[in-house]
Amino acid sequence: MAGNVAADVPGTGVGDAAWLVVIRGLSKYYVRGDQVIPVLADINLDVVAGDFVALMGPSGSGKSTLLNLIAGIDKPSAGQIHVAGVDIAQLTESELAGWRAAHVGFIFQFYNLMPVLTAFQNVELPLQLTALSRRERRERVENTLALVGLSDRMEHYPNELSGGQQQRVAIARALIGDPTIIVADEPTGDLDRTTAEEILGLLDALVRQIGKTIIMVTHDPKAAGRAARLIHLEKGVLVD
Amino acid sequence: MFVPFFIVRNALRHKLRTTLTMIGIVVAIVAFGLLRTIVDAWYAGAEATSSARLITRNAISLVFPLPLSYAQKLRQVQGVSSVTWANWFGGIYITEGNFFPQLAIETSTYLDMYPEYRIAADQRKAFLIDRQGAIAGRKIAEKFGWKLGDQIPIRGTIFPGTWTFTLRAIYDGADSKVDETQFFFHWGFLNESVKARFPRRGDQIGLYIVEIRDPTQAAEISQRIDATFKNSMAETLTETEKAFQLSFVAMTEAILAAIQAVSYVIVLIIMAVMANTMAMTARERYSEYATMKAIGFSNGFVAFLIFAESMGIAAAGGLVGIALTYPIADAFGAAMGTLFPVFFISRQTITLQLAAALLVGFVAALIPAWRVARVRIVDGLRSIA
Repeated sequence: MAGNVAADVPGTGVGDAAWLVVIRGLSKYYVRGDQVIPVLADINLDVVAGDFVALMGPSGSGKSTLLNLIAGIDKPSAGQIHVAGVDIAQLTESELAGWRAAHVGFIFQFYNLMPVLTAFQNVELPLQLTALSRRERRERVENTLALVGLSDRMEHYPNELSGGQQQRVAIARALIGDPTIIVADEPTGDLDRTTAEEILGLLDALVRQIGKTIIMVTHDPKAAGRAARLIHLEKGVLVD
Repeated sequence: MFVPFFIVRNALRHKLRTTLTMIGIVVAIVAFGLLRTIVDAWYAGAEATSSARLITRNAISLVFPLPLSYAQKLRQVQGVSSVTWANWFGGIYITEGNFFPQLAIETSTYLDMYPEYRIAADQRKAFLIDRQGAIAGRKIAEKFGWKLGDQIPIRGTIFPGTWTFTLRAIYDGADSKVDETQFFFHWGFLNESVKARFPRRGDQIGLYIVEIRDPTQAAEISQRIDATFKNSMAETLTETEKAFQLSFVAMTEAILAAIQAVSYVIVLIIMAVMANTMAMTARERYSEYATMKAIGFSNGFVAFLIFAESMGIAAAGGLVGIALTYPIADAFGAAMGTLFPVFFISRQTITLQLAAALLVGFVAALIPAWRVARVRIVDGLRSIA
C-alpha cells in the first residue's frame, strides 16, 4: 500500500526524511454531464516536517480542496500525494480511514464537536479507534486538555463552552492521537479577533514547542501571518 | 461502553421526537398484537381440536338432525373406537346478551372423549347421577357468579319452555386453548322431555362425535361412515373435528383476511413514519458523521450507529407495546364476553410483535444508513443541519 517516496518520485529530492508532504502533478476536477470543471491543476508542493503552512486564496481557488486531498478525505483526479512516505492517492477508502486515524488531526471552522459528548469524551473520540486501555485514554485526554488550557472544562458539553473553548477542544481532539500532520480549515473563521489570536497562538505553540506540522487554510491575512510559510492559490494553480 | 452510551445519547437528543416515535411504535405493536390475537381467537376452536375425533352430521345441513339409531351403526364402522353425541340447545340465560354455548351431551361417553375438560371426580359423579344436573365452564361460572347447587333457568329457543338445571360441576380447561364458556347437560333429560311434549322430535341427534383409533386414517374412516349411510333418509357428512370447526371460521374468512391485512398495514405505516424520522435524524447529523469518518471511523461504523439507534428505539417501543398488549387484550377479551371464549396472546404473537418492531427499526434505518455511509466526507462536512 505504501510507496517509497524516493523511488516513486525520482530526482526530486523527496527521499530526504525532512519532507513530510510531497505533492506531484496533482489535479482535481469534477465532471457535470459533458462539462469538466477543473479545481486544481498540476500542483507540485513540498512541506517539511514541523512546518506551519498557510494556504490562502480567494473563494473557489481550490485551497480547501487541496487541504482535503492532503488530509485524505478527498481523492485526486491525477497525481501523487505522499504524506510521510505513503502515496495516499493509491489507498482504498478503508485504508484511508485507518491512515487518517493514525496520521491526521482535523481542526474545522465550526469545531465539529459531537454535541452529545462532553469535552473529555470529544477529545477521547479518536482514541476509541485505538487499543489503549481506559486508564491510558483518560491520562492522555487529561494531559491534552491541560495543554490547551481546558482542564476545568472537561465535563462540559459543547453548548456550555464559548467558541474559543470549543475550538480548543477541537484542537485537543486533533492532537490526541499524536498525528503526523494537523490540517486546519479556517480555524479562526468563526471567532472574534481576541479569541482568534489565542487560537493562533496555541497552534503556533504546537509547532514551536512540540514540533507538529500544521497546514492551515485561511482567508485572514493576520492568521496567515502567524504561519512560517505562505502559499497562494488562484484558480487552482499555485501562484507562489 | 462508549458505543452504547453514544447511541443512547444520540437517541435521547430530541426527546420529544424520540418519545413520539416510540409512542407510534407502541400503538402499532399493540394494535398488531391485538388484531392477531382476535384472529387467533377466531381459530381457537379449530386449534383446540383433536385429530382423533371426527364429526358426523346431516349432509344437508347442521340444522337437520340424525337418528339415534345411527350410533350403533357408527360403532361398527372399521377404525371407530367410540361414539358419543350432542345436541345444540341454543337457549337464553336471562337476556340474549348472555350468550354461551349449551350442549345436551350423552353423558356416559362424552366426558371420556373430551379429557381436556377437567372436572373434579366428586363433581363429575354428582353430575352423572342428577338428570337435571349441568356442568359449566369456569369462565361462565365466574362471570355469572354460579356456585355448585345453583338453579340455572334457561329459556329454550329451539326447544321451547324454560329449562331449569342444577349446577353440579365446573370444569377447567387442560390448557389455555380450551373453551371454558360451555354449558353441558344430560341429552337423556332433554330427549325425555322433548319426547313427552313433541314425540316426533324424540331420539334425534344434532351431531355425532366419533373417536378413531388411528388419526392418520381419518379420511378413509370418514368415507366409510358416509358410505354406510349413503342413500338413507339422512345421509351423513363426516369430517375431522378441526375441519368442522374451520367450516364455521370459513364463513367469516373475508373479515379475518381483512383484519390480518390491517395488522400488517399498521406495521407498514409505522415503518414509513419511522423511516422518515430516521432520515431526518441522519440528515441533521451528516456533518457529525462526516467528522467521525474524517477522524477515522469507517463507513460501516457510522451506518451501524444509525441501525443501532433505530433498532434500539423500535425495540424499546416494541417491548412497551408487548407489555401493554396484555392488559389491553384482557380488557378487550372481557368486553367481548363469551364472543371470544378463548382469548389469549400466544407466544407466536409476541414473537411476531418483537420481530415486527425490530423489522420496523431495521427497515427505517436502511436508507439513512446507506446514505450516511456513502456520503463523501467533504460533502458531509459542508452540510448544515
